[in-house]
Order: sequence, then C-alpha cells, then structure tokens
Amino acid sequence: MKQRIWKYAMPLLMLLLIVAVPQILGSFHVALLNDIGIAALVVIGLILVSGIGGALSFGQAAFVGIAAYTTAWLSTTQGLSPWAGLVLGLVLTCGSAWLIGGITMRLGGHYLALSTIAWGLAVPLVFANTHALGSHTGIDGIPPISLGPWALDASRTVFVLIWLVVLGGAWFAYNLLGSRVGRTIRALRGGKILMASFGSDAFRLRLTLFVLASAYATLAGWLYAHANRFVSHTPFSLHASIDYVFMMVVGGMSQLGSALLGSALYIGLNNFLQDVLPLVTDRGAQVNSLVFALLFLLILLRMPGGIGRPLSRLWTRLRPRAKAPVLPAPSRQLEQRSMPERGRSILNVQNATKRFGGLVAVNGVSFELKAGEIVGLIGPNGAGKSTMFNLLTGTLPLSDGTVSFMDEPTSGLTQRQIALRGVARTFQHVKLRPAMTVLENVALGAHARGHCGLWRGGLRMDREEEARIMAEAMRQLKRVGLADQAYELAGSLALGTQRLVEIARSLASDPVLIMLDEPAAGLRLLEKQALASLLDTLRSEGVTVLIVEHDMEFVMSLVDRLVVMNFGSKISEGRPDEVRADPQVQAAYLGSDA
Amino acid sequence: MILLTDGLAWSAIYLIIGLGLVLIFSVTRVIFVPFGSIAVFSALSLGAMESGHLPAMINLLGLFVAVAVLMELWSIGRQRAWGRLPGSLLRWLVVPLLPCLLAVWATGQDSEALRVVAAILLAVPLGPLIERVALRPVAHASVLSLLIVSLVLDLILAGLGLLWFGPEGIRTKASLNGSIAVSSNLVINYQTLLTIAVALVLAVLFYVGLQRTRMGKVLHATASNPVGARLVGIRPAFTATIAHGISALLAGIVGVLVSPVATIYYDSGLILTLKAFVAAIIGGLVSYPLTAVGALLVGVAESYASFWNSGLKDAIVFGLLIPILVIRSGLVVHHEEESEE
Repeated sequence: MKQRIWKYAMPLLMLLLIVAVPQILGSFHVALLNDIGIAALVVIGLILVSGIGGALSFGQAAFVGIAAYTTAWLSTTQGLSPWAGLVLGLVLTCGSAWLIGGITMRLGGHYLALSTIAWGLAVPLVFANTHALGSHTGIDGIPPISLGPWALDASRTVFVLIWLVVLGGAWFAYNLLGSRVGRTIRALRGGKILMASFGSDAFRLRLTLFVLASAYATLAGWLYAHANRFVSHTPFSLHASIDYVFMMVVGGMSQLGSALLGSALYIGLNNFLQDVLPLVTDRGAQVNSLVFALLFLLILLRMPGGIGRPLSRLWTRLRPRAKAPVLPAPSRQLEQRSMPERGRSILNVQNATKRFGGLVAVNGVSFELKAGEIVGLIGPNGAGKSTMFNLLTGTLPLSDGTVSFMDEPTSGLTQRQIALRGVARTFQHVKLRPAMTVLENVALGAHARGHCGLWRGGLRMDREEEARIMAEAMRQLKRVGLADQAYELAGSLALGTQRLVEIARSLASDPVLIMLDEPAAGLRLLEKQALASLLDTLRSEGVTVLIVEHDMEFVMSLVDRLVVMNFGSKISEGRPDEVRADPQVQAAYLGSDA
Repeated sequence: MILLTDGLAWSAIYLIIGLGLVLIFSVTRVIFVPFGSIAVFSALSLGAMESGHLPAMINLLGLFVAVAVLMELWSIGRQRAWGRLPGSLLRWLVVPLLPCLLAVWATGQDSEALRVVAAILLAVPLGPLIERVALRPVAHASVLSLLIVSLVLDLILAGLGLLWFGPEGIRTKASLNGSIAVSSNLVINYQTLLTIAVALVLAVLFYVGLQRTRMGKVLHATASNPVGARLVGIRPAFTATIAHGISALLAGIVGVLVSPVATIYYDSGLILTLKAFVAAIIGGLVSYPLTAVGALLVGVAESYASFWNSGLKDAIVFGLLIPILVIRSGLVVHHEEESEE
C-alpha cells in the first residue's frame, strides 16, 4: 500500500517542483538549473554507454554540438520549425555514432575512447571553419521552441521543458536498466564470452548504447540551442566532453543518480569558482580549469567510485532494509522448446582437431552424445578437455574436423548462435555479475527466451514478459535449492554456491544440451549429492548433459558414458566400469606400470 | 614534391612520438596523452633560453619533484623503511634537478647546441616524475581509467603551461640553416633532412635496443607478459620509470625538432599526440613497424590537406582514423577476451 502511494506521489511531486521552481527562484538561478538539466541529460547517456557499458566516449560534446548546430541552421537560415531540427539532429548524431561505434567497438575498449577524442577535436574544428555555420562567430537569432500556443522564450518557461525531458530521459534509462535488455547491459563488463553464453551480442548491445547516448546528447544539444538562442563552437570542444566524463566520475560511474549529482556539483562549483577566483588572482580562467583538472585527478586517484558511492552507502544504511519483493504472477510460463526424442544423436563430433601453432591441443577426437544421457569428459591435466569444451561451445574455431549439433554443422556458427540453438554452459572460473542479485543473474540465462527490446523495456511495456522471466528464474533457483538467497548479491556467495547459480542460469535458457565445466569443484559433499540428484532429474526430463570433471567419484556414479582424453587424443570411451577397467586409462591416470 | 618532403618531415615527427607512445602503452598499458605536452614544454624551454630567460620548465620540474618526494617520504615513513631514504632522495630529488642546473648554465652561454641539449634533457625527468606522482598509484586500474587519468594529466600540464609559459606561441631558431637544391623547383631544407635522419636513427636504435640489449629485453618481457616478468624478478615500477624516461627523451627531441618549423603554443601538445595516435593505432598501439607506416600516412596526408584547406587539416587527419580503423579490424583476426571490471 505504502509503495503504491509513493508510485503516484513521486511523479506528482516532481511535476509540482518543475512548475514551482522557476516561479520561486531568480532568473540567474533558473538559468543555472537549465544548464544543469542539459548537462545531466548528456551524462545519463554517458553513464549508460561508459559507466555501465564500459565503452568510454570522449565525443559527447561533439554530438551535443552537431544537434545544436543542426537545429540552429535549420531554424534560422532555412526557416524550419525547431522540431524539424530535432529530427534531423537525431538522424545525424545517431548515424555518426552508429558509424564510429560500428568501426571501433569490435576492436575493444580503448579504441572507442581514442577515436572519440579525435572526433571531439575534429567536429568543433569543422564548425569553426564552415562558412555556412557562421565560422568562428557562430549562429545567433535562433527562435524559441513553441509548444502549441506557448513560445518558450524565457529561461523560466524553457525550464519546464528541459526538466520534463530530463525527467523523462531518466525514467527511460531507469526502466531500461531494470529490464531484460538492461540486465545484459549491466552484464556487459563480464566480457563477451559470458554475453554470448546466454545469446546476447556484446558488440551490438554496446553499439546500441552508444547510439542511445548520442540520442540523449542530441536532446541536450537541441534544448541548449533553443534555450540560449545562440550557438558557437566553443562549448562543444573536447574539453567539454572531458567535463561530461568528469561529471560522470564525480557522481559515481555506475549509478544513474550520479548524472544529476555530478552535473549539479560541477556547474555549481564552476559558478562558485568564477565568482571567487577573480578576487584572488587576475588569471581566474586559467586557475579555474587547473582546479578542475586537479580535482578530477584527485577523485580518480583517491575516490574511484566518486562521491556518489559513499552517498548511496549512507542511503542504504538510513533506509530500512526492503523485504524481498513479491514477484508478480505471470499469466503463463515462458515458452519451452520441445526436447528431442530420447536416444537421438544430438551432438556429433568427428575428428575434431585444434592446433595452436605447432601444438596440437586436440587431435582427431570423435564422439557422439545422444539425447537424454549424461556423458563425462575426463582426463588428466593438460589432456585437452578445456580446449575441447571451447571447440564445442564455439569459443575457439576448429582447425580440422566437424562438430554438428542436431544434425547441423556448427563450424560456421558463432558462440552466440550455438547458444541460441540450445547449448547452455557453465564456466570453470565462475562468471557471475557480483553486483547483481542472484535472481537477476539467473534471469540473464532466460534472456534469449524473451522478446521485449530496448523501447518496450525503457517505456515499461514489458511487465508481463518480465514477470514470466522472473518466475522462470525463481523456478530454476528453487531447483538448485537457492530460492531463499534469490535477493542476495551474487558476489557475496561462497564459490560452491556460485557454481550452483551458474547451473541455474544455464537451466533458465531451456537448453537441449547443458555443458558443465567442472561443476563439482568447490562443492561440499552434501552439495555434490544435491547436484548429482539435480542432474539425474534433468536426465529424466530429456536434457542431455556433458560434464568435464576432475572428481572421479562424482562422475563415475552419475554418468551413462565416459569419454577419456589424454595428450589431446581420445584414449577410451564407454560405460564407467568399462573405462575403469581399461588399461590405457589406468596408465594415463596412475602411470604406465599400474 | 615540396608537399611530399614537408609531409615526410612531419611523418618523422609522428614516428618519434608514436615510438614513445607504443613503448609506454606496451609496458604500462597507459595511453600516454601528456607526451605531446612534454615535447611542447621542451620547445618552449628552448625558446625561453634563446631569449635569455630561465625556462619555466624548472618551476614545473620543481613542483613535480616536490610532490614526488612527499609521496616517497610518506610511503617510506609508513613502512618505516628509512634505509630506502637516501636512494629515493637521489632518484626523485637530485637526479631530476640536474638538468635544471644545466639549463641555468646554458641560458647564459651563447651556444645554440648547448641550449638544444639542455632543452632535451629538461624534458627527461618529467616523464618518470609524472609516472611516479599520478600513474603509479593507479597502476592496476583498467586501461580506460588509466586513459582518463592520462587525459586529465594532460589538462593539468596544459594548464600549468599556460600559467608559467604564457599564452604566446614561439618559434625557435633552426638547428641547421640552409638548404640544398635538388633540382630547380625542389629545395629541401637541412632542417627537414635533419628531422628525417633523426627519426630514422631513433627507429633503428629502438629496434636494435629492444632486441639486443639487456634493458631492451626487460622492457620487451614486461610488455609481452607483465606477470611473467614480475615472477622472474623484474619490478614493474622500475620498467615503467625506464619506459617513461626514454619516451620523455623522445618527447624532448620532438620538441626541439618541431619548434623551428611550426609555432608552438602551450596547448599544441594534445593535437601532436593525437595525430601520432592515429598513426600508432594501425598497429594496435603495440607494433613499431606498423606505427612507422601509419606515421608516413598521417604526415603526408596532413601536408596535402593543409595545402587544400589549412583550417580543416586537423579534422582531415582525424578523419583518416576511419579508414585506418577499418584496416585495423581487418588485421585483427580475433580478439582475446578482456576481462573488465
């Protein structure tokens, strides 16, 4: 009940503030708040792509500039409405962001940063040297935005629009981060192998985020041009982009709230220094930028989490701990795929070979998995098990031979496409997102079973599907016996428990084949027994399981068949008792005389 | 043809910067943005000495020395390792101030060669000092945090440069005057030849030095496997100091080579560095030969672009990034998983 009141009271309160503030404050402070709002809008986008997505952009001010100049040029020399300027601005910035991102994102983190530095330097140069854009003097006489009969021609009136856009933008970003796509955004820093394991394309997602961030910058630039009625190239320099990064870092990179906190602190302090420094020195402007750079450096060195982190810690301490939320009940479950009939061959490995230069890590291995059986892949250290595992999941390409899954060769497929066809996996070195809850980590697994994208997520039109995904994640958590830890942070669990969460995550994808990389490592005896009985249940449901494992006892009692590798080659295959009796296996494990 | 020779001279400059950037990036994972500013300071120091003033670089070094010594004292005091005190004072207080003495002496003398040497040597301590003060405390952060730190460092250097060197641009005397006429319409300045020759010599020295000498092998080892290098007893802080020292030396050389051919302002450094980045990126910031190819491309393109539209020449050079990155993504067959946190 209390929550419901908040749900309606908060937006009302905000609206009231937006209307009331410009009536109360003087015009100087209103203008200052306008600047803060415009900056916050840019920083929200930057937090999405850089703070959370991990691809740093130093080109946001250039995007703001493109949008501002576009609308300025269209509405002055071409006499079109500001709304046309907004549309063309979006097309231009999103298009250039898509181009830059498309080229650089595949190459890894710092390429985007470097190319956006160059971008951020080049764009203002173009403004300053293009005659049609007013060269160094800029463009003035930009008309105000009109909403129906009202022309927003004073800072008091445009204040309302700016802050409505900020509020809307923040609402969208907040919803987005909580949605199906948002979970993958928050998982981006786990690396692309993790992303591919639940069928998400890290490259495409980062690119989308970069384009989205440029759209936020566009809104900011459009508002800036029509609020100030004048544009020149100086506020869009590389320096301004660095200032946006500063605002993000000050507020704490991975929280949305830092957009507001950071921009308010930055602009407030800047304004304060502009008042104070001229009293102390006659070179105020130079000292001002030096002060900011030093402050930035100190924060980076001493407070990498920004000022936002201690604040949010304080907030969680002050606020009574929220009880586990009640998951809304979905009308039906997520769709499940039909399992292949028992005994049918689902994975066929023929003569698989992997060479690393001169080293042959896997040498002509062939075996087959049939639907509904549990097969163990064992071998001493260095036998090539992990390489084999990587070949099957598509993490590494085959040098020779074929692997086919459900009668379809996987050699041309990416890791992600293999995962989407129903191959789920766990990791030898657990890959959970430590700052997300256990439930959210498991829900990542069900990612490919949902369809709601960016827009439906951001606009909160995904509630029914979200409920289904969460119910599914909860169901899998119950299966591995962790339902009562669903709302703890994954990073706070013991290693053995984390392995179980990974298994729940792979189960949430409704897999045909589940591949476990040393699942029993770090588990206690009771946990191992629970895991064995879980795998047994899966087998009875028709799921096929491939286990790479060191723990002989665990494997022997569980599996239907074993494949034994040594020095890259298969040395034995068969039922556990047959394999145990095989002299070659004994030699491999115990030495040649055994 | 004039454009081409001019372009080659700039290529040579970008090659030297690129070598320094690649060295630092491969050894410490830092994309060292302040490189250009160090070069600029060496040029401005030379200019100041030519007009008979003490270079403001001395203030800058003094500031960094003070901070570095304080940090050393703090860490020694906290660990109670007072035995390390003399060594660290020698390293961070005495050695960095030696070039300052030389510069003070050289300002009074009437020898351009001496001033050039002093300007180059003044730059050398700045690299290791910056590393000690600002980069070592965050040495384990991700590449991206390191990039932000290094970009901010450049802002600070540029700010201090404006404060102490002033906003005026300078152009120094050419180290070598005169020119040779190759044909009736092609005249090459000695300065151009000197620049190209220096770059070639440095590139060869780099190549031989990294392959043959013990120090080169240490740097090479750290670059290709930092953990492994640590395990065999190579201290990362030490290699970082060396790498920064070498590249600051390169920056000093760049400074005195550039200042006779272009007017240098306190903030010209960033653009210099970034153009060299465009060159170095083709080799992924780790390959020296590919950096040379990139430098050639950037230098020549810039020279032709400035002929066509001098206002937009920088924008055009940065525009080169796009084809270069496309080539780069063609070169990279697959990209290892980077674990980011």
